Amino acid sequence: MTPPDLSRRDLIYLTASGGLLGLGAPGSNAEAESQQAQARPEKRSVELTVNGERREFQIAPSVTLLDALREHLELTGTKKGCDHGQCGSCTVLVGGRRVLACLILAISEHQGEPIETIEGLARDDGVHPLQAAFVAHDALQCGYCTPGQIMSAIGLLREGRPADDDAIREGMAGNICRCGAYEGIVAAIRSISAGGVE
Amino acid sequence: MTPFDYVRAGSMREAVELRSRSPNAAFLAGGTTLTDLMKGGVEKPSLLVDIRRVPDLDYINVSSGKASLGALTKNSDLATDPALMKAAPMLTQAIAAGASPQIRNMATLGGNLLQRTRCPYFRNQAFACNKRSPGSGCAALTGYDRGHAVLEGSSQCVATHPSDLAVALVALGGEIQAEHISGQRNIPLSEFFRPPGETPWIETSLQRGALIVFVETDLPPEARRSVYLKVRDRASYEFALASAAVGLHQDGSRIIGARIALGGIATRPLRFATAEASLIGRTADEAAFRDAAAIALGEARPGRENGFKVELAKRTLVKALKLASELQQ
Amino acid sequence: MSLGDPIPRRDGPLKVAGRATYAADQHPQGIAYAAPVLSTIASGEVLSIDTRPAMQRAGVLTVLTPDNMPALGQLTDLKGGTLGEPRLPLSDRLVEYDGQLVGLVVAESLELANEAAALVQIVYAPGTPRSEIERSSDRFRPKDFYGIAELQTQRGDVDEALSASPFRLQHSYETSVEHHNPMEPHATTALWEGDRLIVYDSTQGVISTRNVLAHFFGLPAGNVRVICPYVGGGFGSKGYVWPRTILAAAAAKATGRPVKLALSRQATFSNNGHRGRTIQTVSLGADQLGRLIAIRHHTLTQTSLAGVHVEPSGIATGMLYACDNVAVSHEVARVTTGSPTAMRAPGEASGVYALECAMDELAEAIGMDPLELRRRNHAVSDPETGKPFSSKHLLACYERGAQAFGWSRRDPRPRSMTANGMLIGWGMASATYPANMRPSSARVEAEPDGRFVVTAATQDLGTGAYTILAQIAAAALGVPVEKVRCELGDSALPEATLSGGSSTSASVGSAVHEAALKLRTQLSAGGAPMAEAHHEPGELEKQYSAHSFGAHFVEVAVDPELAVIRVRRVVSAMDVGRILNHRTAQSQIRGGVVWGIGMALMERTGFDPATGRLVTRNLADYLVPVNPDVPEIQVILIDEPDPHFGPIGARGMGEIGITGLPAVIANAVWHATGVRVRRLPIVIESILHQL
Repeated sequence: MTPPDLSRRDLIYLTASGGLLGLGAPGSNAEAESQQAQARPEKRSVELTVNGERREFQIAPSVTLLDALREHLELTGTKKGCDHGQCGSCTVLVGGRRVLACLILAISEHQGEPIETIEGLARDDGVHPLQAAFVAHDALQCGYCTPGQIMSAIGLLREGRPADDDAIREGMAGNICRCGAYEGIVAAIRSISAGGVE
Repeated sequence: MTPFDYVRAGSMREAVELRSRSPNAAFLAGGTTLTDLMKGGVEKPSLLVDIRRVPDLDYINVSSGKASLGALTKNSDLATDPALMKAAPMLTQAIAAGASPQIRNMATLGGNLLQRTRCPYFRNQAFACNKRSPGSGCAALTGYDRGHAVLEGSSQCVATHPSDLAVALVALGGEIQAEHISGQRNIPLSEFFRPPGETPWIETSLQRGALIVFVETDLPPEARRSVYLKVRDRASYEFALASAAVGLHQDGSRIIGARIALGGIATRPLRFATAEASLIGRTADEAAFRDAAAIALGEARPGRENGFKVELAKRTLVKALKLASELQQ
Repeated sequence: MSLGDPIPRRDGPLKVAGRATYAADQHPQGIAYAAPVLSTIASGEVLSIDTRPAMQRAGVLTVLTPDNMPALGQLTDLKGGTLGEPRLPLSDRLVEYDGQLVGLVVAESLELANEAAALVQIVYAPGTPRSEIERSSDRFRPKDFYGIAELQTQRGDVDEALSASPFRLQHSYETSVEHHNPMEPHATTALWEGDRLIVYDSTQGVISTRNVLAHFFGLPAGNVRVICPYVGGGFGSKGYVWPRTILAAAAAKATGRPVKLALSRQATFSNNGHRGRTIQTVSLGADQLGRLIAIRHHTLTQTSLAGVHVEPSGIATGMLYACDNVAVSHEVARVTTGSPTAMRAPGEASGVYALECAMDELAEAIGMDPLELRRRNHAVSDPETGKPFSSKHLLACYERGAQAFGWSRRDPRPRSMTANGMLIGWGMASATYPANMRPSSARVEAEPDGRFVVTAATQDLGTGAYTILAQIAAAALGVPVEKVRCELGDSALPEATLSGGSSTSASVGSAVHEAALKLRTQLSAGGAPMAEAHHEPGELEKQYSAHSFGAHFVEVAVDPELAVIRVRRVVSAMDVGRILNHRTAQSQIRGGVVWGIGMALMERTGFDPATGRLVTRNLADYLVPVNPDVPEIQVILIDEPDPHFGPIGARGMGEIGITGLPAVIANAVWHATGVRVRRLPIVIESILHQL
């Protein structure tokens, strides 16, 4: 069974990229695409301030902040869980606010606000109290979402003290933990929030 | 992503001028929709005009009867603005119910209004989708349509508009000011979102290349006694199956003003003037609310798997109205 | 400090600092990036592939397709490892499911690889997809589940017993296709050093991955090294070897460069397994006292066109309750999806759901408390094999769980309990999972500074292996645990089993225990500072039936207007043998419970009915629980060492937490609303119109 308006013959033109060829209607941008292919923009110089350090490097405009951190600056503590803003694993702070590095183009942060990642959280080779609380409350299992959870929690605490556990839960709703360490995560944040750190 | 060029605009005027130079350019603001769709090849702009640093577009001015909101204002700032929370709870509640804290820190007001549908057929290039590839058809019509629209769908498209914020804005009314190379234009919120009809790829009445500058929303008496109620499968971080933005103005228990808009169930955020009118003069009780809900959903035409959304939307609306009527004016 | 102490997770400090390195965190010198080209049809054939537009991009190194894929070893004689998809990638032009790997682009940068992958032009001849088991007539009846459990069994005369039963019921229960979605998408970084292959892989089995790679690349096992110190969750989806690992190694060989292949979240939905859908029919017969007279449990499930894995839903049915007449059967339909695989408690998660819902319905029919019904059917010995249980404290789980939950205050009538305008429902169910032990080796060494190091080619998926293996060694050595560290996740270490089937504690833990004892003896005699041990199930284990048990109690709240269901509290009492670390053990059970909440209330993979293609292939459309979905979960650990299961008496606990939990929620929803829902997930439309 095929969808209406889509004959078997048309189905053959499904391409690898999934491009379903438009039927010549407005919006078909084949021409624009071929122009782009000829005039491919060069790499640009991008300057970011990451964990207090100025980093300058060359990248294409399409590189996300997440890939720039991981593949160009080799700061792999920030994780890629979905690459589409649906899991929170890539949470970093930009200008002190928690954001998703996978949905930010690195070039857009060129000479922008300071970026903080998990690698920059602990001062003087120590451990940030929230990192210690995550270990103490067993707020992690596989550890993959953990840097994102911690950076998100730092952002949450900077936004103001959560009123109660439900406020912590909702405040951490953007960080999926598939291992299900949520209770520990809430407890770890509660312990820091109550202690008045951050 | 398909390669693209990138420029930064230093002013509003520069932004629209830069964009006017390329037929296939796009504005980059919060990036939460655009970057996502570029990765999937759904959006393929040849030029990104980055407007994140355009000055004077990030503000919240609440005065009596109106609120003026800059297009680059972050969702998180809107959701937590004390004056706005007091003046129009439905608006701040709607924003707080959307996406996640991180995304609300990135997403802007203008971008939120222009965000694209979550229809999986739109987002997966190999499926027929008239929104993405005009004329290719609509795979959702015969497909997995649990999340799709039961109101205002057409034979060309049944995708829902995903915004929560827009539902509240539509309920409140007001207008959008847009900057275009040819000049400024005001668009009433009631005319901003367009039903798919035969041209589902045209989603708003914003001129091609125009930039949203600000939204001036009305703050009618109903705004203060208002509620946004969102229903979804999981407790958070999910788009609405059904949502209701409602406000009531009462004289005692008698309704003298009402605002109703629903989200998650139609191809655009939809206000229901007839249902609102049905409440005027009636006692604020469940019977009145049920009648209004029946009117609002009277034209519903569900697909294969989304029939429940008709009943769910009715109950969401009734419950939201109940919650609003229980508030102190 | 002793065994069981709740010491903090050993790998915690590294993980909270972002310094634990996963497979895609590797940056070997000269790295190149790979991006897969995935099929966009669910069934058919590749007619032609045009790689020229991709190859024309400067920086694209190669595009592997069926046209140029180097020949690999034969599929036969695969020893010491298992393919998740019993079919070699790019070995032919057939397309058997949506998202099948049909090409691989290798380029100088990640963004270029992704961009070029979108430029590969493929023309297909589409076939006829069939994604739903009801629509597939290509069916078979599997004999067993990997030789571990029989899938067609019968004892007594079920037909006769059923017809003679004073109480009889028969219902069908359905579970949906589910995807594991570990937070770390499946990834491999591969590099060659001459004829030696080094692979950083996100895997639950470095040894099996090594063996499979050695086989297909024609190398001695010693020439392949698989490294996986940390893995971002697996839950079964990283148990077997999937196409990307083989392709990454092939691409590294073809380009002469180290290659990183990190799958996108979307791609992980196709090539890394899933839990197959099930339609299960359960018949129960009982007497007036609630004693089971007969059970029949038939499962229809799915596998792929080439697949062998099936969801063995009936495997716990014969042993959970005392009953003389039991028939269990499985039928499998071939569908055009990727291959299913083990997913947290394969069989028990889906099957105990059906059985424990049916038990709740039986309790209602008889007018008996659901907990009392379970007590009356308690099996003292394994009713399936007749063997004694190695250890069983299920009655204690019922008692302690019920007490902590306050079960005695439950009003049995549906819709009888409310709070703040919400309908409140209380449900309970049993949990069970077998104790598995597989051959494993481990080494313990004394270092000159008085410290000890434990090494084994096992992996820590977040289960706590780094922590509990150190505790086991410390206890056996008689030294403080601070003096012991572990090195795991490297195939060059002593061979250990796959991390699956909740088997690490009993398998690797036993080997560590024995090696440590051996070393302690050696050291006291002035012997060598290193000891290795190999442990495998022995005569002891053969004499007993070894299973873990538990009981879950759950409170749900249902909005009577909106039909929204939320879990308000959970009490889980678990008998899993000896607890090796009370902190990580609690987390293991909580994790299973969270999975149960997901399975019960939201997880479901959707397919397009027309094309058979996946439509929920991301974390916005495939829902898993987020923080606000998860309430307080009280875990009660019985902590009775199993005297007849291995030297430590720990039975493993990675999977039991999910078993029974979906049934408890279904039972609680019935209690709250009076509506029996017999299909997972239970969503708004499951109950909306009946409220």
